[in-house]
Amino acid sequence: MKLDGRFGSYGGTYVPEILMPALEELEAAFLDAREDEDFHETLQTLLRDFAGRPTPLWRCRNLCADTPARIWLKREDLLHGGAHKTNQVLGQALLAQRIGKRRIIAETGAGQHGVATAIVGALFGLETRIYMGAIDVERQHLNVLRMRLMGAEVVPVESGDRTLKDAINEAMRDWAASWETTHYLLGTVAGPHPFPTMVRDFQRVIGEEARHQMIQQAGRLPDAVIACVGGGSNAMGIFADFVDEEDVDLIGVEPAGHGLDSGEHGATLLRGRGGILHGAHTLLLQNEDGQVSDTHSISAGLDYPGVGPEHAHLAATGRARYVGCTDDDAFAAFQRLSREEGIIPALESAHAIAEAIRIAESADTELDLLVNLSGRGDKDMETARRLLENA
Amino acid sequence: MDRYARMFERLALQRQGAFIPFVMVGDPDIPTSLDIMRALIRGGADALELGLPFSDPVADGPVIQAAAVRTLAGGVRISDCLEALRTLREEHPDVPFGLLTYANLVFHDGIASFYQRVARAGVDSVLVADVPVREAGPFATAAAQEGVAPVLIATPNADAERLAAVAAASRGYVYVVSRSGVTGAEETVRHEPEAVFRQLREMNAAPGVLGFGISTPAQVRAALAMGAAGAISGSAIVRRIADGLGDVPALLGDLETFVREMKAATAPEYDVA
Repeated sequence: MKLDGRFGSYGGTYVPEILMPALEELEAAFLDAREDEDFHETLQTLLRDFAGRPTPLWRCRNLCADTPARIWLKREDLLHGGAHKTNQVLGQALLAQRIGKRRIIAETGAGQHGVATAIVGALFGLETRIYMGAIDVERQHLNVLRMRLMGAEVVPVESGDRTLKDAINEAMRDWAASWETTHYLLGTVAGPHPFPTMVRDFQRVIGEEARHQMIQQAGRLPDAVIACVGGGSNAMGIFADFVDEEDVDLIGVEPAGHGLDSGEHGATLLRGRGGILHGAHTLLLQNEDGQVSDTHSISAGLDYPGVGPEHAHLAATGRARYVGCTDDDAFAAFQRLSREEGIIPALESAHAIAEAIRIAESADTELDLLVNLSGRGDKDMETARRLLENA
Repeated sequence: MDRYARMFERLALQRQGAFIPFVMVGDPDIPTSLDIMRALIRGGADALELGLPFSDPVADGPVIQAAAVRTLAGGVRISDCLEALRTLREEHPDVPFGLLTYANLVFHDGIASFYQRVARAGVDSVLVADVPVREAGPFATAAAQEGVAPVLIATPNADAERLAAVAAASRGYVYVVSRSGVTGAEETVRHEPEAVFRQLREMNAAPGVLGFGISTPAQVRAALAMGAAGAISGSAIVRRIADGLGDVPALLGDLETFVREMKAATAPEYDVA
């Protein structure tokens, strides 16, 4: 390994020895591609002509119009595939081709990363298998259909909690046996080095664009950048270009589920302790024996007991701060953005919207709030229907 | 001399290899598990390889995952497992006990504290399945301070540099795997690991023991013929436990017989029928 793969004390490569050559091969390809003009040009072309970048920055016309705050939405929901996930799967698929892998595997929670992986699988003609917790297969059935339509095999995972963490376990087991021919296309900034660095770098286009757009459209940088955090890739993507701007607050919003003190949430950075899961030293929701806890969130994509190690580092240094948003508040924000702005956000992204609304409504001076609208809400209509009927 | 060194010396004098069965401690409950471990020793196990149950065992296939699930679902705590080992240690002062577990169980409450606890339970070695040699430093240092041997894995895809690092860091024995993948996959040995055993000897490493894919006496014999100092059998035994829990006395007899047959294959006069 060329890089140490650490963010402060967090990160590392905690994987079975058998996977180390695969990680080394991937790191080498990533570092090599980073210096390669052709690679960048190919990726830029795909991002523009296939995925639809740049995505717009939209200043909310109605949402919180009666407050001193302006809410700016980075419209990753308009990206091909319906979420920010498409940015980085294009990068990883190009790397997989570079190192001669003909098969890709991935985990998925809400199904957005699975859909994105199925997209590149179809585009590049790669055999594609998606591991998805059996519970998530049920609650995100539309995305399962999308993946299958694009030719991916979707494998419901019946072990453990039957959600995202178990899908990652199963993908890692597959990779331990198949690494010679297979690339593990991990979907977030978690996992062993080089994934946290590589996925962040492929997602930082979100923040780079948003920064230019803020300067062009608002004439200034935002006062705060707000994003939801499950594994943390959309947040790292929009944070990365603002980390050195000390006047810009970075705010990550974790799923507080039924409440931070309910024991039923996914607020890893707020309630977790140091631990090692899925290849990295990070913060973890776990019991006193070190067994990883079951988590809960209204949004399958945030339902994960770990978090990307760079977020753990940003929390430890205080550069970013992390807050919780309950299921109820996220669902209220989901409805408000739909009704007031004509945009149906993913339930994941609704957590970030809720925090922006909260800040706007308590603001007493002018504020520019940049929110990563990381995905669209079509996939959540079943959940929304159920919640509305039970209301 | 530590227990592993004495075991390998005794076996060398008898011109035998080691047979090391694996079970999950606490599977399905502590009293039954203690009886199972006693049966393995009665059957002639030279050492025991023992899993500490973890919620997310990424290096294990379905059989051993299910054992961890059974154990944790039964409410077994890590302290219960270590207490059971301390009991077994009093009954069997000479049999080496190796633990096989995952990084978070070692790490979450402080690495030093974990090795103190396992040393007090009479454990001889610890293999952490998701700690490769690149990350092994702090684990090996803490282990050494408590007189616990850190065991590392030599893989068929390791280059000379990685193998040298494993050889230098692993104490007690080196866990050699003969194929990619997780525990318990239903296939015979795919990579021929002779070269790994030869290189480990040239590097003056601790004795190499073959894990993965050992479920019959013929496979034990084949492992020794390839240059292994012993063989570890896990999924074959854990599957017997899963299938036999309805009649524990019969299960204990079956396990003792299985170990006896596997152990018999470690003797030079063993005839592969």
